[in-house]
Amino acid sequence: MGKEYTKNYSTAELMVVRAAKEIGDGEVVFVGTGLPMIASMLAKYTHAPDSVIIFEAGTIDSALLHLPASVGDSRCVYGASTCRGLFDIFATVLQRGFIDVGFLGGAQVDRHGNLNSTIIGDYHHPRVRLPGSGGAGDIACLSKRTVVIMLHERRRFPETVDYLTSPGWVGGPGGRKKAGLIRGGPASVITNLGVMLFDGQTKEMYLASHHPGISIQQVLENTEFELDASRATETEPPTVEEIDLLRNTIDPEGLFIKR
Amino acid sequence: MSKTDKVISLQEAVEEFIHDGTHITFGGFTMQRHPMAFIHEMIRQGKRELVIYGHSPGIDADILIGAGAVKRVEVAYIGDELFVSPSPNFRRAIEEGSIQWEDYSNFGATLRLVAGALGLPFIPTRTMLGSDMITESGFGSEERCSDPKAAPKKLVLMDCPFTGDKVVLLPAVNPDVAVIHAQMVGHEGTVRILGQSYADDFMARAARKVVVTAEEIVSEEFIRRCPEQNCIPFFRVDGIVHLPYGTHPTACHGYYDYDPDHYAVYAQAARAGAETFQSYLEEYVYGVKDHWDYLERIGGAKRLSYLKADPALGYNPNVRRR
Repeated sequence: MGKEYTKNYSTAELMVVRAAKEIGDGEVVFVGTGLPMIASMLAKYTHAPDSVIIFEAGTIDSALLHLPASVGDSRCVYGASTCRGLFDIFATVLQRGFIDVGFLGGAQVDRHGNLNSTIIGDYHHPRVRLPGSGGAGDIACLSKRTVVIMLHERRRFPETVDYLTSPGWVGGPGGRKKAGLIRGGPASVITNLGVMLFDGQTKEMYLASHHPGISIQQVLENTEFELDASRATETEPPTVEEIDLLRNTIDPEGLFIKR
Repeated sequence: MSKTDKVISLQEAVEEFIHDGTHITFGGFTMQRHPMAFIHEMIRQGKRELVIYGHSPGIDADILIGAGAVKRVEVAYIGDELFVSPSPNFRRAIEEGSIQWEDYSNFGATLRLVAGALGLPFIPTRTMLGSDMITESGFGSEERCSDPKAAPKKLVLMDCPFTGDKVVLLPAVNPDVAVIHAQMVGHEGTVRILGQSYADDFMARAARKVVVTAEEIVSEEFIRRCPEQNCIPFFRVDGIVHLPYGTHPTACHGYYDYDPDHYAVYAQAARAGAETFQSYLEEYVYGVKDHWDYLERIGGAKRLSYLKADPALGYNPNVRRR
């Protein structure tokens, strides 16, 4: 049976549908608050029913009858295999090397996928104080690969991030190894304009696809650093089934996908 | 202290265990299980110059910052995720330069408490490598030297003497006091936490003194029928306060959910500026007689019933979150 695509979707819905595809069946997924929760639930409902959702506050393989509003939400406890605390997750699962894919966000990302979620401006006299690393720095250092979800604006895609909270490919090829990181690195960046992947040789971001209705030019204009668009195709739109799951099963309250 | 006289009033507990300049850590995580009633009493008693250690505090640290009670935070994140992030008083204080801060990752901040709990001076980890958390320090060496309770350095980078791998050494934290809100405590101090324990068990083990506020105080005989379900042994607990609904507006697994409406009131007041926030404090902290009076102000029995957890789930799926 062929896929039945829909044109009736919001940008946020397209982003989570695309993000869900980053999760393989059976993979262990480190999930943060917001769109990653929705993407990981969608993956479980569709192509990856045996993926394992892990939240940093202590739960492993939550059943998620209701969408959590926090990674420490009581809603994460229901149906979990184990429920302990931060040390159990960060030390014995993440640092130990059992996270296949971790989701990240941030206020800024550079060409090598390094993220800032700490401050805008000078660290000692910041113009804007953001929430801080939380678990993001840990996920970035210790997952086997990471997927970044964020808004695509020129100021958010600068040449250099104001503060490096969550390491991507650091300075480029060999950058992570030099920093002492033994695994990991960003696989993709999913935004409201398109999907970026990282070149295997240069470890630099390139445009893999632009969303329907968004031109390549729009993506480039909203990126301060130079972005190779020679490999760009158009992002696959969501299916009727995916949008139905998002609206009626996963986030009926419109917690993270506002309606 | 003998086994039996640990149960004291909220006012006594704050008077006895919290002082100006106390280094403190609070149980819970962002929107969940923070000892809010205890914190409100700290504000009423005018405690000042506090140093807060934590991984991901939220409104607990933020309300103290907004009340002018905080000198420094050493944390990974301050926010309440869906409801209000970053926490507005925290953000304003850092942008204005009115508090000191130090950034770690959540794992890093947790490990400092783990080291404290293990009786070790430091602990190695592979996290934070490659980040500016390694290279930048918010809280300078001069300030560190002037505070005998502060770690002399934020962290140290070294090569593992066995493998040569790069590791980060994090200094232990042994706070003066940990304040933990539990669902249940025995009258001698044995603690049972339902749902995620976050880092509360390590916080209690790292701290010099431990105060437990609880939904229920039960007999030790009862709580010890299932000791495998208990996470903090009685002899580490110094003070016990009975505070039903003591974490409102944050959630308490199995008992009640977070209160999105009160969060909206808080967020609006805190974001509007320091002055507007003072009116929030007047209404809900300074202007209330005690915890029972606070529960009346936030809507009394009707509101609390609305937030009450479904026993099958541990939360209330009917609470309107948007």
